[in-house]
Formats: sequence, C-alpha cells, structure tokens
Amino acid sequence: MVTKPPETPKSEMMVRMRKVTKAFGENVVLRELDLDVAPGEKVVIIGPSGSGKTTILRVAMTLERPDSGTVEIDGRHLYHQEKNGELVTANEKHIRSVRSDVSMVFQHFNLFPHMTALENVTLAPIKVLGKSKEEAEESAVRLLESVGLGDKTTHRPSELSGGQKQRVAIARSLAIDPKVMCFDEVTSALDPELVGEVLGVLRKLAEEGDMTMMLVTHEMGFASEMADRVVMFDHGRILEDGPPSQIFKEPAHDRTKSFLKAVLQH
Amino acid sequence: MNQLADRPKWNWDVVWEHLPAIWGGMVVIIQATLAGITIAMILGLFLALGRRSERRWISWPFAAFIDFIRSTPLLIQLFFVFFALPEMGIVLGARTSLILGLGVHYATYASEAYRAGIDAVDKGQWEAATALNLGTGTTWQKVVLPQAIPKVIPALGNFLVAMIKDAPLGSSIGVAGVLFVARSIGSQTFFYVETMTMAGILFLVVSVPAALFVQFLERKYGYEAA
Repeated sequence: MVTKPPETPKSEMMVRMRKVTKAFGENVVLRELDLDVAPGEKVVIIGPSGSGKTTILRVAMTLERPDSGTVEIDGRHLYHQEKNGELVTANEKHIRSVRSDVSMVFQHFNLFPHMTALENVTLAPIKVLGKSKEEAEESAVRLLESVGLGDKTTHRPSELSGGQKQRVAIARSLAIDPKVMCFDEVTSALDPELVGEVLGVLRKLAEEGDMTMMLVTHEMGFASEMADRVVMFDHGRILEDGPPSQIFKEPAHDRTKSFLKAVLQH
Repeated sequence: MNQLADRPKWNWDVVWEHLPAIWGGMVVIIQATLAGITIAMILGLFLALGRRSERRWISWPFAAFIDFIRSTPLLIQLFFVFFALPEMGIVLGARTSLILGLGVHYATYASEAYRAGIDAVDKGQWEAATALNLGTGTTWQKVVLPQAIPKVIPALGNFLVAMIKDAPLGSSIGVAGVLFVARSIGSQTFFYVETMTMAGILFLVVSVPAALFVQFLERKYGYEAA
C-alpha cells in the first residue's frame, strides 16, 4: 500500500499575493490586492498609469516593500518567515533566499555599463550561484545566442542598440535561472523599429513554456497573442481578470473599455 | 652694503650648488604627498561609506568628524598631531605627523567626492543588482564602486595637486621639505631669490605632470553611460 504524502500547506501557486497594500506617502498605490499566478502562466498586467501595475512587479522583486499583506513565491513567504509557528517579518537573509526565484527586466535595461555583454550575464552566476568562470561563460554564450546576440559578447552596452541592450538584459536575468520573470514595460524605451526584436525574444521564452511570466506592457497585440491571462489594474485594485479574448473583446467594465480604446487609438 | 650692491642679478653657481639639496626637500614633499593621498583615498572611501549608513548611530559620528575636520585649518591639525597627541601618549615623528595630517584632512574632502560619485550612480544599477540577487559586497565591489570611482578621479586629482601645495606646511612642525630647505639655504647665503625661485620651479616640475596625469586618468576611465 502506498502511503499518501502528508498534506502540505504549500501553495500550488508560483506567485500568491494576499491583501498587499502599498502607499507612497498619501498616495495609496496598492489596496489590499490579491493576485495568484500559476506555475508557467503568462500574465499580462494592464492599466492606466498610477494604477499600481509596475508597483506589483516591484513588490514581487523586493524593490518595494509592501506596507501590509503577504507575498508567496513558489510556496515560500517572501516577506515573512515562520518562528515558533508564527509568521514574523523576515530577515534579509530569508528575503534573499526566496528572491533567488525571481528576476526582473526593466524599462531602461539597467545594464552594467562598465562590463561587456558577457560580463553582464556572467556576474550573478559566478557571484551568486557560485559557478566557475568557464561554466558561467559557456551558458552565458548560449543565452546570448538564444537572444540573437552571439556575436556581441565582447561589446559594452554603449556599443549596442536599445533592442540589443534589452535582449542582453533578458539573457542576464535568465542566467540566474529564476522561476518567475517580471517584465516592466520592457519595450517602452525603445525606438518603434526595435520593439519587434525584443517581443520576439519574449514570445520565444513564452513558447518554451516553463517560465512563469508577469508582464506590464502597452503592446496589446502582443499581449492578446501570448498571454494566458490579462489582469486590468485600476486604483491599486484588480478591476477585472480573464483570458485575453474576454478582456480585449468583451470587457466587463466601462473603465477597461475606455482604457483599451485610449491605448489602441494611440 | 657694498657687497649687496655688487650682488649679481642672478647667480647660477648658487643654483647648481644648492639644487640637489632643494630637490631633496622636494622629494620629501613628494613622498609625503603620495603617502597622504593614499591615506586620503582609502580613508575617504571608508568615511563616505560610514556617512552613507542608514543607521543614524553610525552615520552621525562620521558626519560630525567630516564636518569638524573640514572646518578647521590644516595647520592647526598638524600642530595638534605633532604637539598635542604626544600629551596623550601618541608620539609621532614630524614626517609621519605631516602624512597623517594631510591624509586625514584630505580624506574628509575625498569622502564628499566619493559620496557625490556614489550618489551619481543610477538607481537602476542598484535595482538591477537586486533583480540578480547580488549580495551587498558584490553590489558595491562589482557594480557601484567601479562606476562611482571614475567619477571621483578628477576630484581626487585636484586634491593631489592641492596637497602638493599644502605639504610645505610641514616646515612648521620641522619637516625638512623644499620650503624649509630653501629658506635655510637662503638665510645662510642670502641668495633668497635663487633658492625660492628654485623651490617654485621644482613645484611646477612636479605639479604640472601631476595635473597631466590626472587628465590622463580621466580619459582612461571615462566611458558612456548605458
């Protein structure tokens, strides 16, 4: 007889947020927000500026600490740890350990300007994952090839176009082998003709399937094509949430309709 | 009186006779400056990091120390190190006192330059470090300081040149630097014009290449931001 493994209270969700609240001074950006993202799910977050969509990614990345609420990444609390059966505020060591499952790509790339593309990609694997230089470089070259930059390994960021910089940044994040990737308006700072090459890389990553992806974007065509789910933010809350066909074609709220109209006209 | 009236306008013999001794004094100044700037660069970074601490009980004493040193004259600090510290049981030689005084004095200025350089590193660089889960040490060593220090080099270079010119203050605590040597030769031979001119030219010989060296460093470490 096979014994059933003990029931674990571990969340099935890759990202699980409960009652997350964040204010900057008087300005409440997130209001008791709940959000679940399943493993491998691609969630696109849309909404007007100031709706909290970027902040939710930054909370998942620990760039903003929530005022209250809980965040779990792959079943582990990010901002809390258990002590004598109670949840207490986590220390930095705990946060860092849970954070290793998450990475983020930024609107303005934030590449390290004093390093080559290869050095940008190998820094964390060597310093954080403890890989040897040879091993890290081997997989970095493979990652750079996969984003179409196999011939740019020795280039500095200043020698790369915006689209190339962003692709290096994606490779750099992938190099730490995260389970969750956050993309914060990663094509917004690019010249229009360079948007396609970055979206192409994201599409390829999405098609590979395993990566859990949370994307804030204004590229609605791209979103409707690759998202499993679209979440509409407004005033720090989720206004509606559903498959792209539903949100883009039959939004339930007028607010969503007018937002989409404004974005698509642009 | 007659002797003075007959005195030639410029005596090359005096120049050649005393040049080695005055150059010897210049070497003392160069050594003190190099040792002083080394202390200033290292201690300055330490002071800058202490002052940037988020913990008030750490940052406040650093800030107080920096402001205190910056708002008192170097000469008084040299007197303090050389004449007052021995009363507290710390006896340092004249040269060591000069090096320590220059080093600490300029460290406080360097710390402000470092602080500005660190603040000038884009916030996105810190965020990228978090997104890659880099530790604090790696973030400083590999990401922040390599970008901050090149920005600080011009300021550090100016401190180097300023320090060369401040180092002769050591003569007031008996360091046989170029000024000290030139004055004592002048007072023995009465060829003040020659000796002091030599001292001035030797300063130029040292400080102009130093300034050029700083320009070279600026070019070498300059790069475009990403």
